[in-house]
Amino acid sequence: MKNDIIIAGVGGQGILSIAAIIATAAVNNNLYIKQSEVHGMSQRGGEVQSHLRISSSPIASDLIPTGAADMIISLEPMEALRYIPWLKPDGWIITNTEPFLNIPNYPPIEDVLAEIKKRPHHIMMNADEVARELGSEKAANMVILGAATRCLDIPYEEIEKAIRNFFGRKGEEIVKMNLSALAKGREMALL
Amino acid sequence: MQKLVLLGDEAIGQAAIDAGLSAIYAYPGTPSTEINEYVMASKEAKEGRIIASWTVNEKTAVESALGMSYSGKRSMACMKHVGLNVAADPFINSAITGVNGGMIVVSADDPSMHSSQNEQDSRFYGNFAMLPILEPSNQQEAYDMIHYGFDLSEKFHVPVLFRITTRLAHSRSGIERKAVRTQNPISLPENLKQFILLPAIARKRYQVLLSIQDALEEESENSGNNVYIDGSDKSLGIITTGLAYNYLMENFPDRTVPHPVLKITQYPLPRKMLQKIVSECKEILVIEEGMPVVEETLKGILDHGIKIKGRLDGSLPRSGELNPNLVAVALGKPMIKGDDVPSLIVGRPPSLCEGCPHTDSYFALNEAMAEYGKGRVFSDIGCYTLAALPPLEAINSCVDMGASIPMARGAADAGLLPAVAVIGDSTFTHSGMTGLLDAVIANSPITVMILDNSTTGMTGGQPSAATGRLKQICLGLGVEENHIRILKPLRKQHTENVRAIKEELSYQGVSVIIPTRECIQTLNRRMREKFKNKKTE
Repeated sequence: MKNDIIIAGVGGQGILSIAAIIATAAVNNNLYIKQSEVHGMSQRGGEVQSHLRISSSPIASDLIPTGAADMIISLEPMEALRYIPWLKPDGWIITNTEPFLNIPNYPPIEDVLAEIKKRPHHIMMNADEVARELGSEKAANMVILGAATRCLDIPYEEIEKAIRNFFGRKGEEIVKMNLSALAKGREMALL
Repeated sequence: MQKLVLLGDEAIGQAAIDAGLSAIYAYPGTPSTEINEYVMASKEAKEGRIIASWTVNEKTAVESALGMSYSGKRSMACMKHVGLNVAADPFINSAITGVNGGMIVVSADDPSMHSSQNEQDSRFYGNFAMLPILEPSNQQEAYDMIHYGFDLSEKFHVPVLFRITTRLAHSRSGIERKAVRTQNPISLPENLKQFILLPAIARKRYQVLLSIQDALEEESENSGNNVYIDGSDKSLGIITTGLAYNYLMENFPDRTVPHPVLKITQYPLPRKMLQKIVSECKEILVIEEGMPVVEETLKGILDHGIKIKGRLDGSLPRSGELNPNLVAVALGKPMIKGDDVPSLIVGRPPSLCEGCPHTDSYFALNEAMAEYGKGRVFSDIGCYTLAALPPLEAINSCVDMGASIPMARGAADAGLLPAVAVIGDSTFTHSGMTGLLDAVIANSPITVMILDNSTTGMTGGQPSAATGRLKQICLGLGVEENHIRILKPLRKQHTENVRAIKEELSYQGVSVIIPTRECIQTLNRRMREKFKNKKTE
C-alpha cells in the first residue's frame, strides 16, 4: 500500500493540520510516513505545500517524484493546479473551490475551475461555505480532508481518532465541530 | 511500531535530551529554529533542568556552548548556515581549544535558498576547522547520530559539526528512541591552560588538532556511518552524501542498486573507501545535497584520469536542492512528469500580513523619501525585507544581519544623502548595535529606523532580545536623546510619522526612529491564549 499526497494551499489555511492528522492516523495504523513541509519565508500569505508519503514499506525520499502523486488535496483551487506536474495521470484532485484572493492578478475563477475539471478524477466543493453552515469557517480544511478520505487507504475511524487527538486539548466542542466537518466533506464527495 | 513522529529538527532536539544534554543555545533561523523550540517545550528537558536559551546571535550561542563544555557538560549550539558565518570565530577557534564535555554545533543549510540569501555549504566550515562532520540521511539517523556525535566529541575532545539541510530539517518521520543517558557532572578541563589561546599555547593546541586528523579519518572508516554497498555492475560507482542517498534509493523501487554505492554521512572523508570505489568502477557519479564538496575533492585541481560525474559536469544542476527526478536523469533514467502547470496559474509571493506594523512604517518612509527619489534605503534580514516587493518597493538592500546601518554609513560617507537604514529590533541586537556605534563615532548623517515589533517575526515569533531595551541601547551607544524618536506605526498617525521622519532626514547626524507596535501574529496568539485561559478559569 502506498499513498503519495501533495497537500496545497495558502499560508495560514491549515494544510499542516491536514498533514499532521493523516500522518498520525497512518502511524497509528502501523504505516511508514514521511511528511515534508514549508516553514519561514514562504509562509507569509504565499503558496505552501506539503509532501505526505504513506506506505506499508519503508520510504526513501522525503519528496514525491513528479508524475507519481496519487492525489492533490488543496484548500484553494489555483493552488491545486500549481502541483499538477507531480500528479500521476490517473491521480485525483480533491479541492476547495473558494479562491483565496490576496494577489491582484488572480485568474478568472471559472477558468481555474474549468482547468481542474479537465482532469479525469476530481472532487470539488466549496468547503468554506460548508464549514460556515456548520458554524465555523476554520473547519474548511476538515471538510476537504473528509472528502479526501474517499481516496485514502486508511480506515475512516483512524482519521476520526487522529482528529480527536489533534483537537483534544481545545475541548469537546471543537472536536465535535471538526468531526462533523469531516463527515460532511466525506458525504459530499459522493454527490 | 509505536514511534514518535518528529521533524528532523525535532529528532535532533529529542536526541540531545536523551543523550545527556545540559544546555542548548541558538538564534532562530530557518530551517534550524525548531531544534531549540522543541527542547524549550519538552517536559523531559524541564524535568532534567536542561537549559534551552535563545541567544542574541549565533556567535554568543557557540561561545555559551563552549563555556558549558569547558565545565564538563554536554552542550549544543544551533543555527542556520549563514549563522555559522557569524559564529565562525568561536567555531574555528573551538577546534584549537578543544572541548571538555561533548559539544555539537548544528548548522542547517538551505539549498535552493527557500528562506535564505545564499546556499553556502557548512561542510566547508567543518573542513576549514578540521573538525569531524556528521551529515545524517534521514530522521532516524539524525536521532542516532546526535548520540554518536556527543560520544565522538568526548572521545577526541573536539566539537562536532552536525550538518543538515532544509528537507531533513522540515520533514517528519517515525523515530525510535534510545535509552536516556544521564547528564555529565560538572568538571574542569584536565589542562587548565588548554582554553588560553595565547600564541605559545595556541601553537601547541594546533599541533594537537593536526595530530588527531588521521585518527578522525580512521573513525570515519570504521564507525559504520559510512557504508560501502557492493553491486555487480562496475561500469558506474555512486557516492552519495547525507540525504542524497534517499533520492538514489527512490529510483530503485526494490531498494537494490546494481552498482557499488558509497553512502557517506561522516567526515573527514573515508579515504580507503573512496579509493576502493574509484579503483573498482569505470565511472563515478557523486550525488550530494549542497555544493560539490566531495566531487571537487575527488577531482582535485589536476586531472587524475578518473571520470567523475556530478554537479560540476552538468550531470546534476550546479545549484539548488536535489530531488528524485534530478537524480533519475543523472542515472540515465527517463524523466517522468505529470502535465505541465496550466498557463493561467500565477505566482503567489509571500507578503506582509494584514495589519502588520511594518506596512505602516514603510508607507510613512516612502512618503517622506518621495522628494529624494529611489535608491537610498538600506535594509536588513527579516519580515520587513518583504518591502522589496510590490506594492511597497521601499528598500534597496538586504545582505546580512546588521548590514543596513554600516551600509548607510558608507553611502553617507560617499555623499549619497539622505542615507537610511531600516532594521528589525531582533536583527538590531543580533548585529546592528556595533554598526550604530561606528556611525555615532563618525557622526555620520544617517537615519536609522529600527522597526520594533517586539519579536523575531520571520522565524515564527521567538522573543526578541531588544524588547523594552531599544531606547536605552541607543542612548548608551551615544545617540542624542532628542534624535531618538519613538513612533506608533498606525494609519491614523501617518501624517505625524511622515513629519517626524522628514525632520530626522534633514538632521546632519545620527538619528534613530523607532516605530513600535507588536507583530500582528504574536498579538493574535497572545489574545487567543488569554481568551482560552479566561474560559478555563
